[in-house]
Amino acid sequence: MPKLNGGEIIIESLKKENVDVVFGYPGGAVINLYDALYNSNMKHYLGRHEQGVIHAADGYARSSGKVGVCIATSGPGGTNLVTGLANAQMDSIPLVAFTGQVSSSLIGKDAFQEADITGISLPVTKHNFLVTDIKDLARTIKEAFYIARTGRPGPVLIDLAKDVTQAVAEFDYPERVNLPGYKPTFEGHKLQINKAAKAINDAKKPLLYVGGGAVISGAQAEIRQMVEKAKIPITTTLMALGIYPEDQDLALEMLGMHGTQYANKATLETDLLIAVGARFDDRVTGKLEEFASQADIIQIDIDPAEIGKNLDVEVPIVGDVKRVLKELLPYIEEKENGAWQQRIKELKEKYPLKYEDDDSETIKPQYIMEEIDKYTKGDATIVTEVGQHQMWAAQFHKYKKPRQFITSGGLGTMGYGLPAAIGAQIGQPEEKVVLIAGDGSIQMNIQELGTAQAYNIPIKIIIFNNKYLGMVRQWQEFFFDKRYSSTKIPAPDFVKMGDAYGIWSKSVDKKSELDAALKEAMEHDGPAILDLHIPEEENVYPMVPAGAGLKDMIGG
Amino acid sequence: MTHILSVSVLNKPGVLTRIAGLFSRRNFNIESLNVGKTENPEISRMTIVVNGDEKVLEQVTKQLHKLINVLKITELDKNSIVERDLILIRVKCTRKQRSEIIQIADTFRAQIVDVAPDSLMIEATGTEDKLEALTELLRDFGIAEFVRTGTVALSRGQAAK
Ligand SMILES: Cc1cc2nc3c(=O)[nH]c(=O)nc-3n(C[C@H](O)[C@H](O)[C@H](O)COP(=O)(O)OP(=O)(O)OC[C@H]3O[C@@H](n4cnc5c(N)ncnc54)[C@H](O)[C@@H]3O)c2cc1C
Ligand SMILES: Cc1ncc(C[n+]2csc(CCOP(=O)(O)OP(=O)(O)O)c2C)c(N)n1
Ligand SMILES: [Mg+2]
Repeated sequence: MPKLNGGEIIIESLKKENVDVVFGYPGGAVINLYDALYNSNMKHYLGRHEQGVIHAADGYARSSGKVGVCIATSGPGGTNLVTGLANAQMDSIPLVAFTGQVSSSLIGKDAFQEADITGISLPVTKHNFLVTDIKDLARTIKEAFYIARTGRPGPVLIDLAKDVTQAVAEFDYPERVNLPGYKPTFEGHKLQINKAAKAINDAKKPLLYVGGGAVISGAQAEIRQMVEKAKIPITTTLMALGIYPEDQDLALEMLGMHGTQYANKATLETDLLIAVGARFDDRVTGKLEEFASQADIIQIDIDPAEIGKNLDVEVPIVGDVKRVLKELLPYIEEKENGAWQQRIKELKEKYPLKYEDDDSETIKPQYIMEEIDKYTKGDATIVTEVGQHQMWAAQFHKYKKPRQFITSGGLGTMGYGLPAAIGAQIGQPEEKVVLIAGDGSIQMNIQELGTAQAYNIPIKIIIFNNKYLGMVRQWQEFFFDKRYSSTKIPAPDFVKMGDAYGIWSKSVDKKSELDAALKEAMEHDGPAILDLHIPEEENVYPMVPAGAGLKDMIGG
Repeated sequence: MTHILSVSVLNKPGVLTRIAGLFSRRNFNIESLNVGKTENPEISRMTIVVNGDEKVLEQVTKQLHKLINVLKITELDKNSIVERDLILIRVKCTRKQRSEIIQIADTFRAQIVDVAPDSLMIEATGTEDKLEALTELLRDFGIAEFVRTGTVALSRGQAAK
C-alpha cells in the first residue's frame, strides 16, 4: 500500500469520491493540503472570501447534483464558513467542508488562529468531525461524504489538525462505511403506500404540494406521471420550481407568502393534500390552522422528524420520494377529475399573476424576468440573491426543469447569489447561468467578481437596482407607515465597479434599450453585468402578511 | 408530563455536547441528564428526563435519532422500571440532634457517610419521591450542602432491546 502524507490522502480520497472540483482559500493550517493540491490534477477554484467559497460549493452542488467541496484554513477561515454551512443545512444541500486546525498538541491552548470550529458549527451541520490522528483520516472522509449525500442531505465539516495533514500513513480507502447510528429509510411502508393510493383514488380535489425533497431525489419523471395519470394539479415550493413544467395546465406554480393566488386558493379548496418532500415551512403555510383545512394530508419525507412536525398528517410515509412514488404509481387509477380540473382552470383565468405596466420608459422588474425568459427560451439556470428580486424571479419566469432555479430559501442569505452563480456555472458548464441580484445583496459578496473574472466564468449578472433594501422597505410601507428606517442604501457605480474587475458592464434605465442590452450581455463571451434601474418603490404581489392565513392575500 | 428516555450513544468525542445542544436549540425542556459507561466500553447510556406532551416527546425522539452517534432510544414505561436517584446531603446538627437524624436516615435506608463536630453527611438512593421526602424532613435541621445525581433508570425483567 502506498505511503502518503495527510494532504495527499485527502486528494486521493476525494478522487475516490469522484470529486474533480474543489473551492477554497489557503492559510497556514491547510498549507500541507495546498501543497498536495499543487501536484494534483484536482481543479481548485480560489475564491475571494471563505463565505464566497462555500456558497460557490453550494451552488455547484445544487446545479450538478453532486457533493460540493470546500476548503478553509483554521480560525477566521473556518468562522467565515459558518453562514454557508447554515445556508446549506437549511436547504438540505450536500457539502463537505474541510477546515484546518492548529496542531493537535496545541488544541485548547488559544493557539494562533485557533477557533473551536467543530463546536461553532455543531448546530449548522448535519455532522462534523475533528481528526487528530492520520489513521482516522481516510475513514472519516468516507463517512463524511456518505452522511452528506444520503438520507436528508446536508453539510458535513471535517476539521483537520495541522499535524494530521503533515503525517504520513498508508492510504487505504474503506469500501464501506460502518455507522451503526445512521440508517436512513429509503423504502416507504407498503401499508402506508396502499393507504395513500386509496386516499388519492377517492379524492375529489387532490393537490400535489411538492418541495425540495423531490428535486434532491431526482423524481421529476415520477412527479410528472402522478400529475398526468390522475390529473392532479401541482403547486411547488420555492425550492422545487420547475420539477414539473410551469407552462402546463395543471401547474399552479409557487404557493405561499408570495405564491400565486390560484395555488393558494387551491390549497384552501383541496380535499387531499399530497406533500412530497416539502416541510410545511411558515413562508408556505401562513397561519397553520387555516392551511389546507379542508384536506386530509399525505406526507412523503425521508426525514421522520419532518413528518407531523408542524401539522398533523393522516398518511405519513417515511422514504425517498422517487422510490415511494414508483411504488405508489401502479395503484393510482387513471382519472379525469373533470370538475376539479375545470375549477383549477377557472382559478388560473380569474386570478393570474399580473403587474402594472405602461408605455413609458420605466423598466418594470417583472417585465425584465419575462424578457429573460423569452430571450433564453426559458432554458437558462436562474440564480438569485435574496429580496424582492428573488420573488419576481420566482414568479415571472416559467421554470421547466428541476435545478433550473437556485436560491437561498430557508436561511434567506443575502450574498449567496453571486458566489452560488459562479459555482452553478462550474457545475453546468453548458448552461446559460443568469444571476438575478438586488443592489443590496450583491454588495455582500461583491468581491467574488474577482473569481468570476479570474476564471472567465460567463455568468450574466442582472442587478435589479431599486436603491433600496426593497423587501424590508415593502414591509415598512405596509406595516410601519412608510417609516423607511435604514432601508435606503446608496449603491456604488456598478459599471465602474465591473470595469475595475475587468468585467463587461452596462447600466440601463430606459425600457426601449433593455432588449439590446440584454442581448449584448447574453452574447458577451465572459461574465457580464447589467445594472438595471427599476422603480424604487415597486412591491411584490400577491402577499400573505406573516402569520396570516392564505385566504388573506393582498394584491395581485 | 415527564418522560424518561434511555438513550444509547457511541462514545465519541462531543456526544454529550451534541445532545445537550440539540435540547437547547430545539427549545426542549430537560429535567435531568445522566451519562455513564455500559457493559460495552464503546457505548454509553444516557438517561434523560424530559418535560413535555406527547408531541414534544415525539420530536425529541426523532431529532435525537438524527444525531449520527445516537444508536437507540427507548422511552421507559414508568410502571415497569427501576428508577433511582442518589443524593448526598450535609445536615447541620448539634451533638444532641445526632441520634434523631440517624433515625430518620435509617427509616429511609440512608447511610451516614461522614461525621463532623457540627454536621453529618447522608447518602441516600431511591426514587425521586422518596428522596424528596427525606430532604423535606432534614430541612428542619438546616441543610449545609446538597448534591443530587438526577434519575437513572432501566426496564424491569428484560434486557432493554
Ligand atoms: C424572501 C423569501 C420569501 C419566501 N417566500 C416563499 C414563498 O412564498 N413560498 C415558498 O414556497 N417558499 C418561500 N420561501 C422559501 C421558504 O423559506 C422555504 O425555504 C421553502 O418554502 C422550503 O421549501 P420545501 O418545503 O420544499 O423544503 P426544503 O427546505 O427544500 O426541504 C426539503 C424537504 O424534503 C425532504 N427530503 C430531502 N431529500 C428527500 C428525499 N430524497 N426523499 C424524500 N424527502 C426528502 C427533507 O427532509 C425536507 O423535509 C421564501 C424565502 C425567502 C428568502
Ligand atoms: C445576510 C442578510 N442580512 C439581512 C437580511 C434581511 N433582508 C432580507 S431581504 C433584504 C433586502 C435585500 O435588498 P436587495 O438585495 O436590494 O433586494 P430587493 O429586495 O431590493 O430586491 C434584507 C435586508 C437577509 N435576508 N440576509
Ligand atoms: Mg434593492
